Amino acid sequence: MELEMKYQKTKGLTDNPLSYCPGCTHGIIHKLVAESLEELGVLDHTVGIASVGCSVFSYQFFNADMEQAAHGRACAVATGVKRIHPDNVVFTYQGDGDLASIGIAETIHAANRGENITVIFVNNAIYGMTGGQMAPTSLIGQKTTTSQSGRNVLQHGNPIKISEMFQHIDGVAYLERVSVFNPKQVRNAKKAIKKAFQYQIEKKGFTMVEILSTCPVNWGKTPVDALKWVEESMVPVFPLQLFKDSGVSHE
Amino acid sequence: MPKGKLTFDYEKCKGCGICVAFCPVKIMYSDKATLNKSGYNIIRYDEDKCIGCATCAMMCPDSVITVEVIK
Amino acid sequence: MAKVLMKGNEAIALAAVKGGCDAFFGYPITPQNEVPEYLSKYMNEHGKVFVQAESEVAAINMVYGAAGAGARVLTSSSSPGIALKQEGITYIAGAQLPCVICSVMRGGPGLGSIQPSQGDYNQATRGGGNGDYHVICFAPETIQETIDTMKEAFDIADYYRNPVMILVDGLIGQMMESVDFDRPVKHRFLPPKDWAATGTKNHPGKRNVINSLYLEPKELEAHNNMLAKKYALVTQNETRYEMINMEDPDYVIVAYGTMSRVARSTIEILKEKKLNVGIIRPISLWPFPKIAFDEIGKNCKGLLVTEMSMGQMIQDVQISNRGRLPIAFYGRSGGIVPEPEELAEAVMNFEKWRVE
Repeated sequence: MELEMKYQKTKGLTDNPLSYCPGCTHGIIHKLVAESLEELGVLDHTVGIASVGCSVFSYQFFNADMEQAAHGRACAVATGVKRIHPDNVVFTYQGDGDLASIGIAETIHAANRGENITVIFVNNAIYGMTGGQMAPTSLIGQKTTTSQSGRNVLQHGNPIKISEMFQHIDGVAYLERVSVFNPKQVRNAKKAIKKAFQYQIEKKGFTMVEILSTCPVNWGKTPVDALKWVEESMVPVFPLQLFKDSGVSHE
Repeated sequence: MPKGKLTFDYEKCKGCGICVAFCPVKIMYSDKATLNKSGYNIIRYDEDKCIGCATCAMMCPDSVITVEVIK
Repeated sequence: MAKVLMKGNEAIALAAVKGGCDAFFGYPITPQNEVPEYLSKYMNEHGKVFVQAESEVAAINMVYGAAGAGARVLTSSSSPGIALKQEGITYIAGAQLPCVICSVMRGGPGLGSIQPSQGDYNQATRGGGNGDYHVICFAPETIQETIDTMKEAFDIADYYRNPVMILVDGLIGQMMESVDFDRPVKHRFLPPKDWAATGTKNHPGKRNVINSLYLEPKELEAHNNMLAKKYALVTQNETRYEMINMEDPDYVIVAYGTMSRVARSTIEILKEKKLNVGIIRPISLWPFPKIAFDEIGKNCKGLLVTEMSMGQMIQDVQISNRGRLPIAFYGRSGGIVPEPEELAEAVMNFEKWRVE
């Protein structure tokens, strides 16, 4: 009986077990990023920037040189790295609290400068690491530890649409919102992430992929129900679409 | 004759059940009698019926499953 | 390069380049704007990195990124801007990254003023960030000394893998003096930056991670113990001060930066009034030159601390003095620079300005 390998753990991840909760799709997204870097053959000249949140330990998981950024500052740190090593592949891996709340200025301006970096923006509509607080992307009516009777527009405003905002920034070369709530979405997300890195390699400018992700524990759902919730509740608020694919060379 | 062969890194499994839910031929199940070191129920599968599609492995957040196709 | 007449801020910029600066990240704030202005042109013309960031917070994190990638990096700002950078600075110290931070002090607190001040002594020497860390802090008094210190600062930062701060005030930044950029810098053995995050192909077989997070308490304690050893080494090697007219002084003025310049005129005035007054001029504010206070003649009647603030360095003087001599404080804040005569008056009325 002859066996042929079909699917195995990517070399883009280290052997450290992931610190994420059971069923958290950070794990899937890590794989997609790591597989993309491996397949593009750039791992040995990649520098990843870990943000602060559940993915704070991503510097233990991505099999590349990493820098740990202060909360919200990943895109500024990435700017510093990329300016010094323009031929390195540089990416940030940020959650919604890190990118859409405290780090939104650094992210907008990195995009506006057209920094040739790739931003992996994991949107799970909650602060996970700190125990389930409301995030800028929490949905209306979503109960969290800081919106215990549900987010309401009057007190908390509406969920922030990062990709809708960023599509109007000229420095952005590629921007797509995807998810991973079923195999079809995972394949699509992989394509988007790989393309974002490809555009960076071709020096096209700022690339970002927003990935709707789950938080089973803080949503109070089973991992599988959490995936459904993304599809049924998050997608209507955060439509999955390609926002920008300039394909225009940055030179 | 099964088309696929799965290998599990049991110690990394967190028993989340996503693979069980998304296996298109519904052959995966949680072994209620066996825990890994972290106390999670490990996953087993009906080894004769695996079609080698690797959906389980793709959906697994913790890279627990390796899939080989039988020639 | 022979002697040239140059503005302090521009001299700071050029000196940084002479010190091997690869990258500058900054943000506009008076009274240091000429630093980014000068470098925005120079760095582009010489294929180096210049970014005007969207905020000081972003700028210091760009410094973190570039320093973590092995570059020699400068940032400059002024008082409120340095306040915004405190988080970044503690991360840089925690991750053991070398960089140079130039602070051109202005009046405070809050928005304060844009005139010169020394009201950031505590910010610079105690650090506004979290945790047990230090910034190696030098306070030059002339533009020449600023240049020489800046050129050496990159080596010191690299040697100790720690942020180095050049602390001047708006007056030194804005005035012009004739300077020479070619004075030699002390040679130091600087090991290669094999720890930098540059891509594993540059250091096969190991992954470099720039990080200040240690969730395991024993690990963070060990990390702090290691940093403490480093800071002890800095204290031993980099403590700098100048003793002026200190043979057998009746009084000693303790002053740094602009105020030590004023004090130099003051002691001439007092000489005419038959009062022999010396000056202890701290050059390194951290590590503070405590030992200078063990070398004071026994006829000294007291220490007059002077600073363009409401009194901050005085605490370090009190600590160093250990109760041996009476201490007085004469300071002006808000951007006012005391006149030499004013300071002379203060020395002569020492008791009036005494501090218990």
